[in-house]
Amino acid sequence: MENNNLREQILFTANADPKKCMKCGKCSGACPNYDEMEYHPHQFVSMVQNGDIEPLLKSESLYLCLTCMVCVERCPRNVQPARFIEAVRLAKIRQQGENRLTPQQIPAKIEEDTPQQLLVSAFRKYTK
Amino acid sequence: MEFLYYPGCTLKNKAKDLDLYARRTAEALGVTLTELPEWQCCGGVYPLGRDEIATKLSSVRNLIAARDAGRDLVTVCAACHNVVKQVNHDMATDDYIRTRVNNYLQPETPYEGETQVLHLLEVLRDKVGFDAIREKVVKPLTGRKIGAYYGCLLLRPSKVLAFDDPENPTIIEDFLRALGAEPVIYAQRNECCGAYAAIENENVPKKRAGAVLSNAKANGAEELVTACPLCMYNLKKQADGTGVKVTYFTELLAEALDIR
Ligand code: SF4
Ligand code: SF4
Repeated sequence: MENNNLREQILFTANADPKKCMKCGKCSGACPNYDEMEYHPHQFVSMVQNGDIEPLLKSESLYLCLTCMVCVERCPRNVQPARFIEAVRLAKIRQQGENRLTPQQIPAKIEEDTPQQLLVSAFRKYTK
Repeated sequence: MEFLYYPGCTLKNKAKDLDLYARRTAEALGVTLTELPEWQCCGGVYPLGRDEIATKLSSVRNLIAARDAGRDLVTVCAACHNVVKQVNHDMATDDYIRTRVNNYLQPETPYEGETQVLHLLEVLRDKVGFDAIREKVVKPLTGRKIGAYYGCLLLRPSKVLAFDDPENPTIIEDFLRALGAEPVIYAQRNECCGAYAAIENENVPKKRAGAVLSNAKANGAEELVTACPLCMYNLKKQADGTGVKVTYFTELLAEALDIR
């Protein structure tokens, strides 16, 4: 088990218990962005539980969770996988220089009908 | 009936129809929506992390203002609703969050989640009543085949949102029936549109909103209705050229009440 402090921090932020997972895979089966992800919701749960966090920190999957809460809704054990993805992403973007999205990138992405909601949501998920 | 109304950033800008027709139709139904003074943006997505305190403060400021005014807080945007309602739940149930937020904001009376947060659709269903709305319809949407697009934010997590059955919701279909339209049921109506991933990976909303549209169309929907500006943005992009129209629920209501 590497990096115990990081694991403890992630568990605290997630505020959910990975030990309750019975590995049924329902979360990942229901995830709307499953195909795009390298690590899937149930893997976030078990990898955090095992302290195998480095691969998650490096993975694009961190930015592919849509916070749709389907995995939370359908998990029969109330594990709340999305909370683990969120906690790992926060552990990443809270570090200096690890912001995923910067204000400088925005002008090129704006279209006539881009809703403000898209920008504030993206900054909340991708930037600290 | 009077409520405090929290419009949020997008309803003041790119989703003006969602705001304008919410106010006008509510007024026509005997509901006054008084805008919360000096409201702050909710941030668009609920901050899931337990130690995310700063990102919850704006919602709590809005909630405290409503409590102090002695009114329920009404939202119209699905995202605002989701964020403010979930933060309210934290303030009612999570001691860690409640203590830190109150220590920071120092309200005269500590906030403990006292405010009732209602989405306008809930007001229409539970306070006005769909039957009362049906009686006020002057231009029924007869023959219009409309698919309700719930998306994620109104429904989940259902333990907190308590809006409707998260897997088999009926509120928007009942609303559509009250307006005289023909609701179309389709499997993707409570699946994600791709949300904020639109900012960095166009393929995600393309696939997700694309799936929603083709599924709705395959089941006979000629129009989709939503309560979320980001769903609107993602759906509209994929709807271009398909002939499927996407509108806000407040627009349909205004049309049926003939106050457009
Ligand atoms: S919240 Fe994220 S991980 Fe969970 S189902 Fe939705 S997109 Fe997948
Ligand atoms: S649905 Fe719940 S119990 Fe099943 S694998 Fe996912 S987290 Fe584990």
